[in-house]
Amino acid sequence: MRSPKVVTGATAGFVALSLGLSACGGGDDGDDKGGSGKFNAGATAVANPSDHKGGVLKMAQPDDFESLDPANIYYAYGLNFVRLFSRTLMTYSSKPGIAGTEMVPDLAEAKGVPSDGQKTWTYKLKRGVKYEDGTEIKAKDIKYAVARTFDRGVLHNGPSYFSQLLAAEGYKGPFKDKNLDAFKGVETPDDYTVVFKLKRPFSEFDQVVGFSGQTAPVPADKDKGVRYGMHPVSSGPYKLEADYQAKKGGTLVRNSNWDPSTDPNRKQLPDKIEVQSGLKAEEIDSRLLAGTVQVDLPGSGVQAAARQEILTKPKLKANADNPVAGFHWYLPINTKNIPNVDCRRAIVYAADRSAMYRAYGGEVGGVMATSIQPPAIPGRDKGTDMFTKADPNFTGDPTQAKAALAKCGKPNGFSTVMTFRSDRPKEKATAEALKQALDKVGIKLELKGYPSGTYTNEQLGAPKFVAKENVGIGTYGWQPDWSTGYGYLQPISDVKAIVPTGNANNAEIDDPQINKMWTDVTAIADPAQRAKVYNQIDARIRDQAYILPNVYAKSLLVRPPNLTNVYFHQGYGMYDYANLGVTG
Amino acid sequence: MVAFIVRRLLGAVGLLLIISAVTFAIFFLVPKAAGVTSDDLAGRFAGRQPDAATLAAIKDRFGLDDPVPVQYGKYIKSIVAGDTYDTGTEKIDCPAPCLGYSFRTNQSVLDQILDRAPVTLMITLGAAVLWILAGVSIGVISALKRGTIFDRAAMSVALAGVSLPVFFTGLLSLAFVVHSWNLLPEVNYRGLGDNPFNLLLPWICLAFLYAALYARLTRAGMLETMNEDFIRTARAKGLPERTVVVKHGLRASLTPIMTVFGLDLGLLLGGAIITEKTFSIPGLGQLALDGIFQSDLPVVLGATMTAALFIVLANLVVDILYGVVDPRVRHS
Repeated sequence: MRSPKVVTGATAGFVALSLGLSACGGGDDGDDKGGSGKFNAGATAVANPSDHKGGVLKMAQPDDFESLDPANIYYAYGLNFVRLFSRTLMTYSSKPGIAGTEMVPDLAEAKGVPSDGQKTWTYKLKRGVKYEDGTEIKAKDIKYAVARTFDRGVLHNGPSYFSQLLAAEGYKGPFKDKNLDAFKGVETPDDYTVVFKLKRPFSEFDQVVGFSGQTAPVPADKDKGVRYGMHPVSSGPYKLEADYQAKKGGTLVRNSNWDPSTDPNRKQLPDKIEVQSGLKAEEIDSRLLAGTVQVDLPGSGVQAAARQEILTKPKLKANADNPVAGFHWYLPINTKNIPNVDCRRAIVYAADRSAMYRAYGGEVGGVMATSIQPPAIPGRDKGTDMFTKADPNFTGDPTQAKAALAKCGKPNGFSTVMTFRSDRPKEKATAEALKQALDKVGIKLELKGYPSGTYTNEQLGAPKFVAKENVGIGTYGWQPDWSTGYGYLQPISDVKAIVPTGNANNAEIDDPQINKMWTDVTAIADPAQRAKVYNQIDARIRDQAYILPNVYAKSLLVRPPNLTNVYFHQGYGMYDYANLGVTG
Repeated sequence: MVAFIVRRLLGAVGLLLIISAVTFAIFFLVPKAAGVTSDDLAGRFAGRQPDAATLAAIKDRFGLDDPVPVQYGKYIKSIVAGDTYDTGTEKIDCPAPCLGYSFRTNQSVLDQILDRAPVTLMITLGAAVLWILAGVSIGVISALKRGTIFDRAAMSVALAGVSLPVFFTGLLSLAFVVHSWNLLPEVNYRGLGDNPFNLLLPWICLAFLYAALYARLTRAGMLETMNEDFIRTARAKGLPERTVVVKHGLRASLTPIMTVFGLDLGLLLGGAIITEKTFSIPGLGQLALDGIFQSDLPVVLGATMTAALFIVLANLVVDILYGVVDPRVRHS
């Protein structure tokens, strides 16, 4: 047995170590970790361009992808990531700035050719494009990939545009009906031609086939249904080394059968790409700043602590970007609970835009919104202020608000409920700022916070709940499925978009003028003409005070000095993951 | 002894049944009482703006419209008799005890638990060794040196230890020991194939919390025991002080420590939730937490029952060990 002295020494050592760990102090070495970049260098151009090959690119995320099956993903960062191993008929252009919102051919030779009044869309495939096993990709693989999205029970995470748009009534998907000839929505007259048959004209079909991974080819004999996402077959520059482990991660390695001459939108620079899932967001920030992780996959920016550190240390700031991301954080005013337009306008007049802007972090947190569509939408008008001012010093106009209240027959104001996500301090601060401003004109807000996990499905996004709880205003934000006025505005203003859960038309807008414009616009072939209609819808939303504009979100992104070819992609609202490299 | 073990194991089965029923009720009945519909539940598993067809298909796949007793009956049946799982392209056999398939990852819950359990085991065992060694040693020395500076300092640290949760010490240690001072590498432990000493920091943080409690428990027990008549008798017989302290004093003080140790070990084996979350380690605790946040009922049920099983088993082992440590228990 050891002597008591040894035991005493050991315990004293443990106590000392324990005390050391809990000591609250430390050095300030953040300044030593900087690179030689320039603040916002990656916001509008390619930062640190390089063709250096090799190295391991490390990516991390706090949660996990919905799936790695390209057809079973909806969120932008997952769609961005799967481009590394899946190619689709069309895809976003890999360019910085507004050019990144354009849909360009990927597996297709050219953009889709519409006929039959926009009801038929034909795509010709590039020849010689191969899967990771060397088999050539054929039109039937695209048809199968689209067909499987019809089984909403098995692949329920992805978008449902194909089952809504294609002329394939009653088709249940190849898992229930193995006869692919029964699927009439897509025809393949030869191995290199894919023809989509639509129920109604839809002029933005290139966007539908390009924004998600649902036209990524799937070899029918390799399909594992809902488990295909564990190891999808690659058609892109990288392939999975082994099965992806949900909540843990996986590794991508080079796909030797990818031909760069057929793919101008992706690069194959690192030897490997490692993904680690389940890492705390704050820990990811620490590793980004240390350069041991290069990419924070969700791409929504660093947490509060790192934000403060970066903004106060020039060398860290030099390796950060603060672009306007895809979200507009706005406040929908519910038309069922506040049906009178003048009552809604009174809210807009009285809103303290200055305080709401500061709630989102001021200059670093966002840009004051003028239109509903954010700046990244091609053809969007900047818009003019209606009943409010996009001015950092505008604190509301109580006189006009009271006049509007008098017009709506409630000169002494009214009461309603405002919801916000309780775990989002910016939304809470916004709600409190609005409450204070509306109080001055007699509009009483009862603030109710809910967890973000249930907010969209069960509270603000559930019309039954909104009616029951008399919710008049909420905090919300929207990022479009694809970057056009349709992608942004249709889900939040078309009556047909109102759904019982996960509803994005939170104002429950049912405006005959807007509804008609939505019905007509999908048959207009010219994008510029469509953009005009979208701007009219945008103006109508503001004129009728369906939505109180707030701020276009800006995110603070870190690009470690050893990350190359970094640029903010307007289409995805984060860095483009398909072209990154790593040095050192 | 065999009858005792069988009786306890049968009791454990009953307990697990109750726990599974309560978890089911919390998952389905409590939200229902708050107005959550099956559409809302289905919406949690769908993408943005799910259409009616998508919601109906999800409800059908997960059986969300079945009455809760029917869903519970199916769950229990799959544990006893196994089940099959439809991936769309094939039907996978899930032999008994089938704990179902995750709504999110579509993987067998049992496989996930078996994958995560060794990680939690490594965290728990490493920390347990540290806290037992440190806690009991400090407690014994403090009792023997009652009233001295060491005693006061150690008990003050112990008080701090009990008061400082792992998410506090863990975050601080990550910030300073790993990221600022680079004394230890980043914690990247993912499974048994990795170097277990990568868990040193989680071990120390967890042990710091528990060692403090054990030090106080041991000190109190030793102070009481060392005043007993049999200690005086041992000393009167001329036994060396080390033998008196360790063989007679400490041994008699161990029974309450073992009781607490059994509970603590069982709780942590079921998922060292805060430690795993703080250090981003994929153990059972993270699995349970992800299941809760993502409304993944099969995972929540599996993780809850595994945690309960560990507590029951740990207590059973402790009960058996009572007889080994304390002859009075064996004789009774």
